[in-house]
Amino acid sequence: MSKDLLRFATAGSVDDGKSTLVGRLLYDTKSVLADQIEAVQRASVDKGLSTPDLSLLVDGLRAEREQGITIDVAYRYFSTPTREFVLADTPGHVQYTRNTVTGASTAELAVLLVDARHGIVEQTRRHATVLALLRVPRVVLAINKIDLVGYDEETLQTIAKEFGALARSLGFADDAVQTIPVSALVGDNVVDRSPHTSWYEGPTLLEHLESVPVVGPEVAKPFRMPVQYVIRPRRADARSADAPRWGELHDYRGYAGQVAAGVVRPGDAVTVLPEGRATTVTHVDTADGPLDSAGAGRSVTIRLADDIDISRGDMLVATGSEPTVTTEIAATLCWLGDRPLRPGARLLLKHGTRTTPVMVGAPEARLDTETLTEVPAETLELNDIGRVTVRTADALPVDEYADVRATGSFLLIDPPSGNTVAAGLIGTPLALS
Amino acid sequence: MTVALDALDALESESIHIFREVAGEFDRPVILFSGGKDSTLLVHLAVKAFAPAPVPFPLLHVDTGHNFDEVIDFRDTIVERLGLRLEVAKVQDYIDDGRLVERADGTRNPLQTQPLLDAIVENRFDAVFGGGRRDEERARAKERIMSLRDAFGRWDPRKQRPELWNLYNGRHAAGEHVRVFPISNWTELDVWRYIQREEIELPSIYYAHRREVYKRDGMWLAEGPWGGPRPTETVENLSVRYRTVGDGSCTGAVESTATTLDEIIAEVTASRLTERGATRADDRLSEAAMEDRKREGYF
Repeated sequence: MSKDLLRFATAGSVDDGKSTLVGRLLYDTKSVLADQIEAVQRASVDKGLSTPDLSLLVDGLRAEREQGITIDVAYRYFSTPTREFVLADTPGHVQYTRNTVTGASTAELAVLLVDARHGIVEQTRRHATVLALLRVPRVVLAINKIDLVGYDEETLQTIAKEFGALARSLGFADDAVQTIPVSALVGDNVVDRSPHTSWYEGPTLLEHLESVPVVGPEVAKPFRMPVQYVIRPRRADARSADAPRWGELHDYRGYAGQVAAGVVRPGDAVTVLPEGRATTVTHVDTADGPLDSAGAGRSVTIRLADDIDISRGDMLVATGSEPTVTTEIAATLCWLGDRPLRPGARLLLKHGTRTTPVMVGAPEARLDTETLTEVPAETLELNDIGRVTVRTADALPVDEYADVRATGSFLLIDPPSGNTVAAGLIGTPLALS
Repeated sequence: MTVALDALDALESESIHIFREVAGEFDRPVILFSGGKDSTLLVHLAVKAFAPAPVPFPLLHVDTGHNFDEVIDFRDTIVERLGLRLEVAKVQDYIDDGRLVERADGTRNPLQTQPLLDAIVENRFDAVFGGGRRDEERARAKERIMSLRDAFGRWDPRKQRPELWNLYNGRHAAGEHVRVFPISNWTELDVWRYIQREEIELPSIYYAHRREVYKRDGMWLAEGPWGGPRPTETVENLSVRYRTVGDGSCTGAVESTATTLDEIIAEVTASRLTERGATRADDRLSEAAMEDRKREGYF
């Protein structure tokens, strides 16, 4: 029985009940086991609660349980008979951009929570903006605590309509957005259909998660693969068991990497960047033998027809659909560092498998996430999103983030501390309309 | 039309990518290898990441001295078969010369931290692969795939680097090292389904067998160098298997008749207890037992 895998993220403001929703999802899919439930029940009684606090299932650190808040992105796992889920649970208040950006970066779908009593609030707009910026392909608006508004259809329609308009203005297609009325506390429309929302004809949250396509848009793009490592067996490493096939191993030279976009097949014409030499793929190898084709996400080892000097940091790309090779990158930064961006700062940039020194220019603009407009900025502070130009020491083959997430993204690293201070998106991926 | 990767293929590709990143960016990586199922899976994935070349890392076992013979034999067989170098850091050596003192409860798992950190310093390891999974325990759910440790081996959960896309930041200063968890996103069931698919050999104690066991704190413990039943505890001969393999003093067996991978997978699917909750006394020490050990530098 084969299952596929959906990576998704949750985001919400403080007290929207996100931990409870995640707890409910785990509990109702029977992904929480008896010893975990007992631990939660014990802790709930200790806190003087009459019913188990499902949020305790997900708040993992001592400080989180003590303060009753979620501090850091946590990863959760559950499965149904047809699909496995990896959930990045991102907290709403502390360092919201930092956490939402992290969770959204690997997500194929995001669940955004609002409180039915409050509707779309400023933080909803901020989160939705980050999800749009990070190009999360699909978004679900879960309108939580519908029990507290008497399951009133009109309240929900109003919120759904307002969110629809927001999502459209952020560039989400209508079929990429789903609104679901839920009560995480009671369990309405999370896994089981609510008896109180007969007017709602859409799927429950789990039904929706189970049915959305998991193939990301990357597969349909031109082939890209950053080279991670050159596999070249050396005689000194050969064991006696290898002796019979040493002749074959002796000439083996494979370029190991994870396909970042597109599909690669033997016979494909590829170009090695940044140098620009063209050659042909002869083998798409795995430890289990050669493949006829490998798509985005697959780790493979590629052999080429010509003996070219290729090393870690180079990128193999489809000939005829090459990315731009440049030392000047216009990018959008999500600033994650505790100290603000200093214009002219010398940092390190990691793109694909290459790390290169860079100089970051002064911000050209900062996004005001309240008004969704760009405003002038002197610097970028923690949680700010802004546009800059980055000058790189090495030429990089870059795609627009809006086209290819994997080759349109980079990290900025502060060399003395080694900290990741910014998430970089090449171009202006937020298409505000 | 391209179909989605099967979940196990997607997880395998992610793990292989992580192994290759470390090989490309670090000077002296090492794989923690105990012979248990998770570290055996790690080594299997490392072999696949670099085939047909050999795994470019040595192995390190932090040996509590409270081992199951079957597991040590298995460990040595794998090391021999792959032709890899195995370093062993022994808790017993530390107890013998007084650097560590045996705990009152006889559990040696918490004592592994110091030998581990010493071995990392002595061998100048800069990346240490562990078989930790985020589904195992709540503190582990917050762990990064590449996780920085300071010069004292400590983990600070509030100062973790954000981890974005599949771009890992392994920068570290001299004396610091990075713990790397390539199977972070695997669940216990994924591990078993993959072991079945790949026909990965495991120590025999993972399969049901008859063993003399006694009940303590709700777990079935076996007699060994770590001690045996107290006068009030009665020994029974039961069909059992181990879901995790750790220090013998605190790793319990579960009653089971599962002798094949199909039966184990059926059992894991139906189980109402997590593998740590069912069989690991060391995680029951307190609500934050794992977080506290991790902060000190534990796996």
